[in-house]
Amino acid sequence: MQTIRKELSPGVFLNYIPAAKFKTGLISVQLVTPMSDAGAASGALLPAVLRRGTARYPDMRALSGALDLLYGAGLSYTVRKKGENQCLGFLSGFIDDAYAPGGERLLEPIAALLGEVLLAPAQSGGVFRPEYVAGEKDNLIDAIRSILDDKRDYADKRLIEEMCRGERYGIPRLGTEEQVAALENGALWDFYQNLLSTARIELFYCGAAELARAEDALTRALEALPRGERVSPVATERRAAPAEPRYLTETMDVAQGKLSMGWRAATDDAHAMMLANLIFGGYSNSKLFLNVREKLSLCYYASSGYHRSKGLVTVSSGVEFADYERARDEILAQLDCVRLGDFEPWELEGARSVLVSAVRTREDSAGRMEENLIGQAATGLWETEEEMIENLAAVTPERVAAAAGSLTLDTVYFLKGEEESADA
Amino acid sequence: MLKTEYPRIGETVLTETLPNGLRVTVVPKPGFRKRYAFFVTRYGGMDMRFRLGGVWHDTPAGIAHYLEHKMFDTADGNAMQALSQLGAEPNAFTANSMTAYYFDCTEHFDECLRILLGFVSTPYFTQESVDKERGIIAQEIRMTEDTPDWRVYKNLLGCLYRSNPARVPIAGTVESIQEITPETLYACHEAFYAPSNMMLCVVGDVDFETVAAAAREVLPERRGEDIARDYGAREDTTPHSPAATQSMEIATPQFLVGFKCPATENGAELFRQSLIGELACDILLGDSSPLYMRLYDEGLINGSFGGDFDQLPGAAYLYAGGECKEPERVARAVMDEAARLGSEGVDETFYRQIRRANFGATLRSLNSFENIAVGMADGYFRGFDSYRFPEVYESISKSDVEAFLRENVVDARRAMSMLTPVKGGRA
Repeated sequence: MQTIRKELSPGVFLNYIPAAKFKTGLISVQLVTPMSDAGAASGALLPAVLRRGTARYPDMRALSGALDLLYGAGLSYTVRKKGENQCLGFLSGFIDDAYAPGGERLLEPIAALLGEVLLAPAQSGGVFRPEYVAGEKDNLIDAIRSILDDKRDYADKRLIEEMCRGERYGIPRLGTEEQVAALENGALWDFYQNLLSTARIELFYCGAAELARAEDALTRALEALPRGERVSPVATERRAAPAEPRYLTETMDVAQGKLSMGWRAATDDAHAMMLANLIFGGYSNSKLFLNVREKLSLCYYASSGYHRSKGLVTVSSGVEFADYERARDEILAQLDCVRLGDFEPWELEGARSVLVSAVRTREDSAGRMEENLIGQAATGLWETEEEMIENLAAVTPERVAAAAGSLTLDTVYFLKGEEESADA
Repeated sequence: MLKTEYPRIGETVLTETLPNGLRVTVVPKPGFRKRYAFFVTRYGGMDMRFRLGGVWHDTPAGIAHYLEHKMFDTADGNAMQALSQLGAEPNAFTANSMTAYYFDCTEHFDECLRILLGFVSTPYFTQESVDKERGIIAQEIRMTEDTPDWRVYKNLLGCLYRSNPARVPIAGTVESIQEITPETLYACHEAFYAPSNMMLCVVGDVDFETVAAAAREVLPERRGEDIARDYGAREDTTPHSPAATQSMEIATPQFLVGFKCPATENGAELFRQSLIGELACDILLGDSSPLYMRLYDEGLINGSFGGDFDQLPGAAYLYAGGECKEPERVARAVMDEAARLGSEGVDETFYRQIRRANFGATLRSLNSFENIAVGMADGYFRGFDSYRFPEVYESISKSDVEAFLRENVVDARRAMSMLTPVKGGRA
């Protein structure tokens, strides 16, 4: 699908995708800045505070009521890490005008509401309402603590933190509990003002409306945005793995052990690496799935992921505590097969067709297109669907093996139970 | 083939019931590249006791799910791999009252569809392959058991229900799956995977005749018998036990409060009840309710708080909860607010606002092919047409919602499920 990207004012970009096939529209307003230790917590707190109320709709009930009347339009805030940049903002999905029983126009009021949430918050004495800041600080601290509740996510997060310590990539998306606790209303307000005038702004619209209408609605909605010099997102920094891999084990009261492993890729051949990752552990026909799960029954899940912008490959698996070493060794052995080019043509072609299909079906989901475009805008790795498909088509088995061969094991993290349980 | 138009939501649905009893449904989606096929049997985790050939069978908890895992095995290897090789993304799930196998793809649709129909209708188990799966499923069960959301929900159902299998985990337990043998799996397949107990739903830019032809050619002609199922003795609205508390290694306490409602028989009224229950839930404690804002402002709840109304065979319940340090206080506030709404009535403007929001949210959910297919199957198996939601919403008045709240959200029907941190939290 044709994407039109247009600079509305310096540092403010609109990404427009016409699509009448959905019964809905999607608008996203994102502020993109380089990830920093100091900004992570403020950045995570800000959208939650803004979501509490605007000057016109000063509390949640008023704001939710306005959304209800717009036929249950969504308004969620997002705090994302894209490469080594922080992306904060708001997403709103809403029904297309054609299906509004009263024949109302919805794009304009929704864009205006998003603009208000971003630019005209409910205030008290020139800063945010203190009760909103205090409440959202508590919620954010709870959210940071709750990462622990999903042991798989927790193990994967700990791996990245340990592996990328001292790098922007290793900064926790939500900041730390201590950073959040230390935030003050005035400082958050300053952070907010600074962000509004310096962050790259990425807007996204997908729906049935013409470009001119979307552009007009969003331009009006953001009229109050300060103009000035805007900071560009940063390109991701690559580092080499340490000479010897690091092994870390933590204990917790869990029923199942969680194993996370991370490698650094030395290659710039991202397309070969994408395919190598798929063959290794990226889908239900991968070596990890077929061997670690199906053949050895060591786990229910064992999958790998390729962090393209950063050049990392990670593996995540849930295993019995006693099977830790067996699982780890088998995962390493399977990676060695990919490095040695020990994979069949069907493995490569299967991986290729899964990736191509994933690229092609992206245009069936406004949410996936948004995620992808914001990611490209933040990392600067622009690639159209057709380019990506062509690039994938050109990858040879030798390039896949070479890409996998460029991986060096960096860190192995294992979360295990506090005692070996009797039935383990 | 029957073509039904739904002008209010801009949808068309094509259906036909084949001579072998299979229901074929196509929801055309012009302009989409993705094609989604969903082959589903009316058989889920709750169908543990059933009558086949005049004899009642008791099967172990988790068998429907175990069968789902093993169905991918074929005489030639594994259907999941065969589909993946064609670029399709296959998967399956087992729910309380259905088991579904599906894939989406952009190319080779017909070939993939035939593979799907073929492997789901052709069981192929050996003692070795069944034994091998036990380790994988045991790890899946352990993973689920470490999931707080699942725990708090399952414990609530255990409190609400005495004998209804809603209280039993869909995947069973590590213990219950030990009893599963190839013979039991074959018997369950024979009972529940006959075309007359199944539906094939395809969503996407496809031709109806291609889909129906594949189904006619691949699937057996036999209909299969009607299977009586036993969901335990009919339950009254008194919970089995008032509360369950479990400690887990979590950071923040969680809870769910549930209210046991009278179950509705299959048919159009079941769907109407589900919309009434959802409206009641949103009016009582949804994002724009006065109660939600008050509890949020007081710091008693956070964004994780929410509720829903579920209907399973022989069971219906409204529940709400999330992360919360004072569950009893929040549960009490929910009941007090329900009592207030029941006696003072719901504000007419607010009622219309919520109804409007729910209409829009339902319409938006139709962007998901999976939601569409699951909705089609659910409606077919339970006797309603979920695409009539605009009309059904209009048939519901605020007094229906008030009556629902007055009758159901009361102490006598309530149970609580709470999770507490093992050691008061840790870093």
